[in-house]
Amino acid sequence: MTDILQIADKTFSSRLFTGTGKFSSSEKMREAILASESELVTVALKRVEVENKSDDMLKSLNAEHINLLPNTSGVRTAKEAVFAAQLAREALETNWMKLEIHPDPRYLLPDPIETLKAAEELVKLGFVVMPYIHADPVLCKRLEDVGVQCVMPLGAPIGSNKGLKTDDFLKIIIEQSNVPVIVDAGIGAPSHAAYAMELGADAVLVNTAIAVAQCPVDMAVAFKMAVAAGRMAYSAKLAPIKEVAEASSPLTSFLN
Amino acid sequence: MAFKDTFEQYDWDTLEREIYAVTEAEVAAVLKKESISLDDFKTLISPAAKPFLEKMAQRSHQLTKKRFGNTIQMYLPMYLSNECQNICTYCGFSMTNKIPRKTLSDAEILKEVAHIKKLGYDHILLVTGEANRTVGVSYIKHAIELIKDHFSNISMEVQPLGQADYELLMEAGLYAVLVYQETYHEATYKVHHPKGKKSNFHYRLDTPDRLGKAGIHKIGLGALFGLEDWRVDSFYTALHLKYLQRTYWKTKYSISFPRLRPHQGDVQPKVEMTDADLVQLICAYRLLDEDVELSMSTRESETFRNNIIKLGITSISAESKTNPGGYTAEPESLEQFEISDERSTGEIKEMIRKQGYEPVFKDWEVFA
Repeated sequence: MTDILQIADKTFSSRLFTGTGKFSSSEKMREAILASESELVTVALKRVEVENKSDDMLKSLNAEHINLLPNTSGVRTAKEAVFAAQLAREALETNWMKLEIHPDPRYLLPDPIETLKAAEELVKLGFVVMPYIHADPVLCKRLEDVGVQCVMPLGAPIGSNKGLKTDDFLKIIIEQSNVPVIVDAGIGAPSHAAYAMELGADAVLVNTAIAVAQCPVDMAVAFKMAVAAGRMAYSAKLAPIKEVAEASSPLTSFLN
Repeated sequence: MAFKDTFEQYDWDTLEREIYAVTEAEVAAVLKKESISLDDFKTLISPAAKPFLEKMAQRSHQLTKKRFGNTIQMYLPMYLSNECQNICTYCGFSMTNKIPRKTLSDAEILKEVAHIKKLGYDHILLVTGEANRTVGVSYIKHAIELIKDHFSNISMEVQPLGQADYELLMEAGLYAVLVYQETYHEATYKVHHPKGKKSNFHYRLDTPDRLGKAGIHKIGLGALFGLEDWRVDSFYTALHLKYLQRTYWKTKYSISFPRLRPHQGDVQPKVEMTDADLVQLICAYRLLDEDVELSMSTRESETFRNNIIKLGITSISAESKTNPGGYTAEPESLEQFEISDERSTGEIKEMIRKQGYEPVFKDWEVFA
């Protein structure tokens, strides 16, 4: 069965997106990302020496199947985000942009107002915009209206590993969305990723849980398998959950 | 609103009594909690928490790893001037010390920059004494403009300034300001800062508020350990931190842990802070706050710095010189304090990697 995810002009056979932060070395990062078979890998612009082609991190991600997804982590306003995106487009030769605007440096929660503003402008400038946002169904529709190519609602605060604390809202978003829904942030265990996929998310993005694991390579493989399993379960249509056992003597049998 | 209102709700002697009256049972109860309050922090820095040090260290390690990953941020201080009109009894730059005074020229700054860049640094900390006529806002602004193409992240540790001055320097490219209260004990503060602008305790205390209002990216806090009881001073520092986080929520915070070191001056440490005390404090901060940056300078010894990497610290310096022009000019004749860990940047990188961490040199970019 071919199960291909399409975002803008690109197709992905892996629905696991990964990140580059928090690894103990560039080699460990490379090994883990290769093991995950992820085809879309986000990288914080602020960590990269944009004018240096031999930047360690960029060099170690130089593989044919890996698409780099620069992110705007560190910016606090729409204006800064647009500036960062333009810098990234020039330096990394990609118009794909993970839009992250979190003015709050503690929980790194996204600013919905600035994000919508920036998304609108970036779409006009020809970017493929992947906005990191709260699991806010209305915001997702508003972003869709301005032309983003997907939405990336959070499961829990970045790096918290708490799982899908927002699942009730994620379900609404998935139900309503006309663009791919990628659950980003908070996914701390393969079971969380599988759950997101079972709910019908189009993909998940995982970084901390892999980077900080005792063995990042094994954890990357575990996530790869969980994402595939969750997706397959979703496609196979999960049996409905029954709250109570079905009575063996139905109350309405006398009607027959 | 200013920190002063919060500050005045507390009394030093009462806090000290409370901290020293904590029992082991209370510490054990706090360590069972999922989130640590300021009151809990007070319990964790008490003498009664000493038997729980390993437990605190394990938890601090885990929390730091979750938030910051397996990385340590590298930075280097660059001293621009040792001219100073303050008397600080513990400081080598104090006005009364008969040392040669020096303020770097443009050429000298660029020479230092070239050397520092060769070492690989991208985050720099500018340091001066307080000499407003020669090393005032315009000198600092000029220095930032001079070096900003060479560094992606510029912090400074200079005299407290006004909000408008901070805004001007941020416009020029300033990212963070470190301003330590030295001690939150007002009477002791006066004893150690008898003369100069720095003698104004409350102007200094309000400095982080002015920085917050200016919208700075990061504020560094700390107390100079040795002037007073480190436990009480640390409680006030944590109180300050929590107030600032609530009030200036877009700003990031860091804590530094300067312990008084031998220097050319009269005053030697009044209150000793042992290595175990410092570890306890670092872990207590991490348990209080997952995301606050904790910074470790070269004041500390090799052994201590090797072992602290895993305990909650998130940024460190290496081979620091604390005299203006120290990286490229002559001997260490004008230094502020003696550094203890003199290993090279290469050796520190190696030490960090051996422990399974990645030394990070660049983690910022100015998008404007």
